[in-house]
Amino acid sequence: MLAPTLAVVLAASACSLVGGDDESGNGSASGEASKRVVLVTHESFVLPKELQKQFEKDTGYELETRASGDAGALTNKLVLTKDNPLGDVAFGVDNTFASRALDEGVFAPYTAKLPEGADQYLLEGDDDQALTPIDNANVCVNIDDTWFADKGVAPPKTLDDLYKPAYRDLFVASGAATSSPGMAFLLTTVAAYGAKWPDYWERLMRNGLKLTDGWSDAYQVDFTQGGGKGDRPIVLSYDSSPAFTIADDGTSTTSALLDTCFRQVEYAGVLDGAENPDGAKALVDFLLTPEVQAALPDSMYVFPVDSSVKLPADWAKFAKQPADPFAVAPADIAEHRDEWLRVWSDITSR
Amino acid sequence: MKRILTLVGLAAVPLAVLGVFFVLPVSGMLSEGFWVDGHFDPAAVAEVLTRPRTLRVVWFTVWSALAGTTVAVLLGVPAAHLLHRRRFRGRAVLRALLLVPFVLPTVVVGVAFRELIGEAGPLGFLGFDGSAGAIIAGLAFFNVAVVIRAVGAAWESLDPRPAEAAAALGASPAHVFRTVTLPALRPAIVSAASVVFLFCATAFGVVLTLGGLRYSSVETEIYLLTTNLLDLQAAAALSIVQLLAIAALLVVTSRLRAVADPSLARTTARPPRVSRGDWPSLLATLLVTVLVGLPIAALVVGSLQVGDGWGLGNYRALTTEGSRQALLVPVTDALVISLRTAVDATWMSLSLGVLVAIVVTRRSHSRAERRTRGALDGLFMLPLGVSAVTLGFGFLITLDEPPLDFRDSLLLVPIAQALVALPLVVRTLAPALGGVDDRQRQAAASLGAGPLRTFVTVDLPIMWKPLLAAAGFAFAVSLGEFGATSFLARDETPTMPIVIFHLIGHPGAMNYGMALAASVVLAATTAVVMLAVERLRVPSLGAF
Repeated sequence: MLAPTLAVVLAASACSLVGGDDESGNGSASGEASKRVVLVTHESFVLPKELQKQFEKDTGYELETRASGDAGALTNKLVLTKDNPLGDVAFGVDNTFASRALDEGVFAPYTAKLPEGADQYLLEGDDDQALTPIDNANVCVNIDDTWFADKGVAPPKTLDDLYKPAYRDLFVASGAATSSPGMAFLLTTVAAYGAKWPDYWERLMRNGLKLTDGWSDAYQVDFTQGGGKGDRPIVLSYDSSPAFTIADDGTSTTSALLDTCFRQVEYAGVLDGAENPDGAKALVDFLLTPEVQAALPDSMYVFPVDSSVKLPADWAKFAKQPADPFAVAPADIAEHRDEWLRVWSDITSR
Repeated sequence: MKRILTLVGLAAVPLAVLGVFFVLPVSGMLSEGFWVDGHFDPAAVAEVLTRPRTLRVVWFTVWSALAGTTVAVLLGVPAAHLLHRRRFRGRAVLRALLLVPFVLPTVVVGVAFRELIGEAGPLGFLGFDGSAGAIIAGLAFFNVAVVIRAVGAAWESLDPRPAEAAAALGASPAHVFRTVTLPALRPAIVSAASVVFLFCATAFGVVLTLGGLRYSSVETEIYLLTTNLLDLQAAAALSIVQLLAIAALLVVTSRLRAVADPSLARTTARPPRVSRGDWPSLLATLLVTVLVGLPIAALVVGSLQVGDGWGLGNYRALTTEGSRQALLVPVTDALVISLRTAVDATWMSLSLGVLVAIVVTRRSHSRAERRTRGALDGLFMLPLGVSAVTLGFGFLITLDEPPLDFRDSLLLVPIAQALVALPLVVRTLAPALGGVDDRQRQAAASLGAGPLRTFVTVDLPIMWKPLLAAAGFAFAVSLGEFGATSFLARDETPTMPIVIFHLIGHPGAMNYGMALAASVVLAATTAVVMLAVERLRVPSLGAF
């Protein structure tokens, strides 16, 4: 009876030798640990290949990127592996999750030299300056201007408008429990209505708010200007979204309601216990260079923190940023996230 | 004594793999929940179980999975009859097409379903969007192929003569089915149903996307607790519930699976043409085709839309990185990566699956031996019932030190996929192997054949078809796996589902179109591979 076992084991080992080609490439990279920088980030991280090559050329480091999950999954991964970190530097922890990472001591202090205008994005309560702001974007309610023009209906402007009968069954948003823009919108209402935010949500639900799993479902399937041509002209998205709905005549068919926005800032930081802390610092500095900052809008759909960087033409024209977005202190978010999400789930699943 | 040693020897490799890549990571995550700040605190975990929300979530999981399984079995068994016991033009193509849902990433299927049943879709008038009915339809869509394949393979190997004899003695077709065919198929049906139930009970994307966030299952709750709230006690509590539920399910199904005389025929007769009496199977097959076909058709239509017109622009774009470089590698590269990964995952799960199937189906000589085999059987089903996110996080915190430093290994993806496919492989092989009359092996041995020769001449001919079916399953599971893969895949080597997920999550009509086109390509690739596997079938099994 040992014969078949042996046969299978032999077959298996022969095949893994075939697969061994991939392994050797991987092995050589880890061989020179001091020359390698490992960046841990979320799945939305994208940078042009030329820029990554430029970083490798300028610094002599080899850049390896491990990208998976959303900002929440990234933060929790960093927390769970803090004793044996997944890499040297992390990018993508945002202001809604930052407190948790700081409280758990995930990041080592590093004060990077910030570009013009970036200090307004520093995290409140981060006294060691462990986190460096890299980009920002606002989650705002977006509307299909062409739809409202065609129907001759005055478009909504404020949060309070959204539960008025004129906009019944017109609004679609992604949920707070399952998506990062959804969480930001929940925080918008917490900032706007204080302890009364649950009442606001009950009104929204009564007015036919449709909730989806993630951003893509809401925007691509249900929104009238999304890829699937849905039938709801009000959607939860970003302040940059109008730059992606340019019609043939050169104008945008959508706009963001700037009085409904919540600011999200994404941070980078050197991981505590990194094998290559110098390489990690070099990467944080690199993310702040004018070249990377200028590439952010096209690559990741976010605004640079460097106010001197020139935005792409469509962005300069159509992606308007709010002057005074809503904000909730990071420590408050960390303390109440659980409770707020539970109350929110109870209202929305009724 | 020698028998026990053999058993241990055969089971050693699969056990080691399961231990390192499943038991260790999962227990790592569970202990994060039980040990709070260094001291053991099971009370906090127990408290979670008494929350009303937990009870609601568990109840929804159980009834939706039961409903999904029931629909899949009621449609799948008659369809298996038509597709595996009747002959008609286009049968192979239809069989391959019905397996397609299995590989489609849920995020795309969600979009496809919602384009149909959403408020603006052609079926929007049904008001199905965001209802429990939509979730159940989605579960059946994904899993009906499992029933058709597994039951169909068993049905093909069934000796037709007892049924013919019963008919000749005057039994009506319904009577023959109830008294002769159904009892013989019971092991296969129960096997398939138990796997489908596990798939349904651990469904993730379907519940969130089609349920409009109004429903939570154990799986979605674990995901939320682990990735968002970092409430590991609650996650551990729910994982324990999952594990206990699977254990209970396995005990029940192992009772139901046992049959008095499991012997299978070694030759199969050429199936007859479709006749008027086949209307129940025809009707079921029609329903399955509509259920599976409509969302796929919606995908194809969507992928051909370019701006306000029609064209192949989305398909041509697949050789690029998407608009504004949404991707690191072109979709065509991802397809190659997916196929290579799937080949690896397939041989891994087949090698392990054959060993496990042999171990669990050999006739036991003592009570202890039977118990051991039963326990092993259950152990290898567990990966199906544990949340991918628990496994993914567990990999990160347990496989990080030499000699088990696998966090960066490229082999992690195919290994994880092979483990996900393993229960399906075992459940496809075991009924066939269990159906081999042990006396045939004894006869071969007494005629001087060694164990290998006995295996090749007695077991292999019977296993040939189930083995191909299992290979097809493993390949399809690997092509479509998203949960664990998204966690483990390196960004320079993404698989198709991951690329599709990226595309659909990026703004721009082009990326949306490309996501649909990529899904159609993935579906077509799967269908072609499945067709090829069917062609591989050797016509004369007696050749061995």
